[in-house]
Amino acid sequence: MTSAQIEIQLIASLVAIACAIPGTFLVLRKMAMISDAISHSILPGIVAGFFLTHDLNSPWLILLAAVTGIITVFLVEFIQKTGLVKEDTAIGLVFPALFSIGVIMIAKNANDVHLDVDAVLLGELAFAPFDRLEVNGTDLGPKSLWVIGCILLITVALLITFFKELKLSTFDKGLAATLGFSPVIMHYGLMATASVTTVGAFDAVGAILVVALMIAPPAMAYLLTTDLKKMLILSVIFGVIGAIAGYWVAHWLDASIAGSMTSVLGVLFLLVYLFAPGKGLISVLYRQKRQRVEVHLLTFLLHLQNHEEESERHVNHLNEHINWQKVRSKSVLDLALKNNMITIEDDIISLTKKGKSFTSEAIDYIITNKNAAIEEMKDRFFLFRG
Amino acid sequence: MSEKIAISVDDLTVAYNYKPVLWDIDLSIPEGVLMAIVGPNGAGKSTLIKSILDIIKPIAGSVKIFGKPYKKQHEHVAYVPQKGSVDWDFPTTALDVVMMGTYGSLGWIKRPGQKQKKAALEALEKVGMLEFKSRQISQLSGGQQQRIFLARALVQNSSIYLMDEPFQGVDATTEKAIINILKELRKAGKTVIVVHHDLQTVPEYFDWVTFLNVKKIATGPVKDIFNDDNLTKTYGINYKVSIQQ
Ligand SMILES: Nc1ncnc2c1ncn2[C@@H]1O[C@H](COP(=O)(O)OP(=O)(O)O)[C@@H](O)[C@H]1O
Ligand SMILES: [Mg+2]
Repeated sequence: MTSAQIEIQLIASLVAIACAIPGTFLVLRKMAMISDAISHSILPGIVAGFFLTHDLNSPWLILLAAVTGIITVFLVEFIQKTGLVKEDTAIGLVFPALFSIGVIMIAKNANDVHLDVDAVLLGELAFAPFDRLEVNGTDLGPKSLWVIGCILLITVALLITFFKELKLSTFDKGLAATLGFSPVIMHYGLMATASVTTVGAFDAVGAILVVALMIAPPAMAYLLTTDLKKMLILSVIFGVIGAIAGYWVAHWLDASIAGSMTSVLGVLFLLVYLFAPGKGLISVLYRQKRQRVEVHLLTFLLHLQNHEEESERHVNHLNEHINWQKVRSKSVLDLALKNNMITIEDDIISLTKKGKSFTSEAIDYIITNKNAAIEEMKDRFFLFRG
Repeated sequence: MSEKIAISVDDLTVAYNYKPVLWDIDLSIPEGVLMAIVGPNGAGKSTLIKSILDIIKPIAGSVKIFGKPYKKQHEHVAYVPQKGSVDWDFPTTALDVVMMGTYGSLGWIKRPGQKQKKAALEALEKVGMLEFKSRQISQLSGGQQQRIFLARALVQNSSIYLMDEPFQGVDATTEKAIINILKELRKAGKTVIVVHHDLQTVPEYFDWVTFLNVKKIATGPVKDIFNDDNLTKTYGINYKVSIQQ
């Protein structure tokens, strides 16, 4: 690996981590769309900042653009508060307006500005190692590495300092307010962090990937864990995997780095969405199937309980009586046997003691539908699990 | 019951988008009562609670907690929001939610430690939820979630408890357990205010009641004012309750 390659991957990874942290809270607050709005509408801020400073990595440019991000959030909330339109409509009104102002500003000044719309949407990560920070002739590495490094440091410091407040105000805004933690301050603090991160990442990865990096890793993590700290750590890991794998995919395919990173994240998300234990699609479908079998089992047990006579309890008779196909009858029989609910002697099925009490309790539950009853059942039996 | 006033509400008017939902409310709640707030859907019961808690700013009037504005008194007040006001899929455990009740006394930045954890475990024990402490909150039944909310309020160890429909969607066992805890709180001299829907149980559970429907209809001891007249004024229909007092 050349040093430029290492630098690019390092920048991409830091950007991914810096995005994953505010992104986790945006996802939990169901504000994914807002990050889309911010990443597009900071464009006029970046362009104006560039005219003033002539340096894409200037802290002033970053602050100015971040203010545009906050103004976006403020405008969206203002429009929403009038009660005339819903939040997504308000977002859809604000960010195209601001984004197009930015595009026009670039077009009007295209000659003397090395900003173009392609770069804005997809970033110029490949060129990042060429713009270097030099102090007194000493090379200190790529400028964007320093910029995103500083932003990441601030983000992590804020996260550690205000973790408790962030968690509380994200979970329960009302309680946060009554305990003296202003949810408004937390909200705009988070928006400010997201805006600054977006601006810092923008130059490297562009407007589209910023959104992907903020939302996709936390969305994956959300499907995999039920613990906020683990969710943050997983988001960071997914972000970094996306960044590094994306870089190499781009390298092999000779494609855009930002585009490849987004694609890798997309594929990763699809995998997690399908295979996540518990919340993934396959697991949900499997659970539904199992519940179906369990309901059949219950039907079957109830039939046994209702019929003492042997003719009704013959293995072959069941197919005809309950009107099931052979396969289903067999899987239900196996399940009942496995759980010691029935015994089979000479092809005659009998309920065991456990089978009898289970059936009575399950029927009891279904009829009374009391929450208290099912809690105990869940632990003792496999039915109604999950 | 002492003569001290726990909460006084003066000329309170609250509006959403300039449409008043609470109109000129005056209310004095004595310390040590167990009070129900009753009224039809949309009467402004939740809004009243949120205004007392300074979550919603009124367009007129004021609220005092033990004679001072809420801002200076927040450590004396615990709040149980309506269960539907939070996302129960949030990645956290029952214990962690109860720990949130201790954040107010910690203040900004300081982190909860062993002392806070112990208090949270005690509160979980009190509501009979200790064995579920590590369970993710979406894996709890509605009644259990409500108990977690109650435990979170208990851990604040406040003088005033404001609860928004704590009996909503809970089974009979949980309802009994909750009301017993509320009665214990009153016995310990706390002031407990509960938005309540089941008119039948008002005389059995509460000693004080406020009738609300945009305006305050009546407030006072249940035995004096819980009658057909006030119910009719509040619910707008000819209300005949056959409740034995
Ligand atoms: N955030 C809000 N914005 C606009 N209107 C609201 C809002 N919250 C409540 N309302 C309206 O205020 C009225 C009172 O609501 P609420 O206090 O929740 O009533 P209750 O708790 O008695 O059912 C209702 O008409 C409701 O539609
Ligand atoms: Mg309400």
